Amino acid sequence: MSRINDVGGMAGFPAIAEEPDEPPFHADWEAHVFALNGALIKRGVYNLDEFRDAIERMPPEEYLAASYYERWFTAITTLLAEKGVALPHELEVPRG
Amino acid sequence: MSADHTSSVISARVRHVEALLESRGLLDEGEIDGRIDEFLAGGTPANGARITARAWVDPGFRERLLADANAAIREVGLSMAGGLQEQRLKVVANTADEHNVVVCTLCSCYPIALLGPSPGWYKSEAYRSRVVRDPRGVLREFGLELPERTRISVWDASAESRYMVVPRRPEGTEGLSEEQLAALVTRKGLIGTAAV
Repeated sequence: MSRINDVGGMAGFPAIAEEPDEPPFHADWEAHVFALNGALIKRGVYNLDEFRDAIERMPPEEYLAASYYERWFTAITTLLAEKGVALPHELEVPRG
Repeated sequence: MSADHTSSVISARVRHVEALLESRGLLDEGEIDGRIDEFLAGGTPANGARITARAWVDPGFRERLLADANAAIREVGLSMAGGLQEQRLKVVANTADEHNVVVCTLCSCYPIALLGPSPGWYKSEAYRSRVVRDPRGVLREFGLELPERTRISVWDASAESRYMVVPRRPEGTEGLSEEQLAALVTRKGLIGTAAV
């Protein structure tokens, strides 16, 4: 069964929007997420295929609602928990 | 919830995870900033433009480029090995009869080592879903109207394979230097959503 990321040929998406003078990242955190992923792959915490898979197995409604780098961050935290690097609650900002 | 609020929430989470990883020895201090700087100083569409201009003026190079792009781009001091792993590069050239356009339907695969960060529209579901179904219509939205007789090939990038388009050399550019020719080439031209 194909996953939600497999959108080739699918109908129903909005028009293509071009952004003039688009910066590489739209917020500092996006650049950090990008760099964080590269650092973790280089250290062998997980590999590129595992990262891609972690994005592609996001629940479809979450995948579609998330921005590009939000998907990346979701995949990173999913893998950190699954690889036993941190417990899921440790990956959340402590309340209060 | 506003976009700003979402952004500040995720921003705090990213900082938190970074600090956690630093405390567990999985991230060195300054490593993230170093990686960001390195990335931003890396590939730009000027690289693809340089390759294109060389292919326009040197038929031998063009032939080698279309046959084995990974090897040929080393002749101009470029490489696909700059990322996490060396990726296979296939370069396809537009002609009077055929136009090429690149997409990654599954995610966002793109020759970053060569062209730098990809534009947002390239990563959008809108582009990924539609360009394979209606390339002519999508190109028209980008302002590129192709004659009916022009065949359009859509290349779907994957984890291991990247693509780049060599646009057609514009008419009336015979007198231009290689450098001047390179200045005509745009990122969209190298993806295939513009003529040059």
